Amino acid sequence: MNSLLAQEVPLSWYLLLSALLFALGVVGFLIKRNLITVFMSIELMLNAVNLSFVTFAHQWHAVKGQIFVFFVMMVAAAEAAVGLAIIIAVFRARATLAVDRIDLMKL
Amino acid sequence: MHLILFIVFAGFCLAGAINLLLQSHPISSSLSLIVVMTSLAVLYLLLGAEFLAAAQVIVYAGAIMVLFTFVVMLLNAGREERTMGSGVARVVGFPAVVAGLAAVATVILQAQGLGTATLKDGITSTEELSTVLFTKLLLPFEVTSVLILIAILGAVALARHGDGERTAGK
Repeated sequence: MNSLLAQEVPLSWYLLLSALLFALGVVGFLIKRNLITVFMSIELMLNAVNLSFVTFAHQWHAVKGQIFVFFVMMVAAAEAAVGLAIIIAVFRARATLAVDRIDLMKL
Repeated sequence: MHLILFIVFAGFCLAGAINLLLQSHPISSSLSLIVVMTSLAVLYLLLGAEFLAAAQVIVYAGAIMVLFTFVVMLLNAGREERTMGSGVARVVGFPAVVAGLAAVATVILQAQGLGTATLKDGITSTEELSTVLFTKLLLPFEVTSVLILIAILGAVALARHGDGERTAGK
């Protein structure tokens, strides 16, 4: 049991996972053609950065790093509420969610 | 134990993120994003962030993703159309992403002094977190509540906009 508890995971693995998730988020942002899925890719990138924050907070025993993640979560919640309201408004005006057809701000 | 949990949930994370890209239906993408977020909560717990693990499940997987899923269902978003309008993204974007990822990975792998994480490290208690949050960082916390209030007002105003125009037109 003690040997199981003592197993170590290098923190660089967490950072690598975070970088991979961020890259996948960027790729999703580039290749996805649906407005909602593009928005989800942004959320994925935010989550990847949060993982980096928590990892560094663990490395330096800094509580403030974790509090910053808390703030990022709050901003993400606000962003999701406003963003989805905008998506609903765009869908009402255009009746489509394909980003290629929503390339003008004007109607 | 830590190693096994890390490998399993990091695998879930990556699988969910890749599945998000591969699925063409938005509802499948949003469900795989929920998998990513819940696995990230376990990883936060492994790093000793007890409060954040709970907040990740409640706020991200619970509130934000339910909002996403609701909107996908409300708008009855169908399959994604495969348009080839992203030629620039294909030519410039992917090499840039791969180059950026390679650069970051090189920096991370060569970094000296990065420690390791074990289950013995203990957890940052919610008490410790809230002491700092409500003493040193009280002002940012209160400002965030104003931000949330503005976001609620903005969301309501945007979502009601169509109705207002229709009644004004009549």
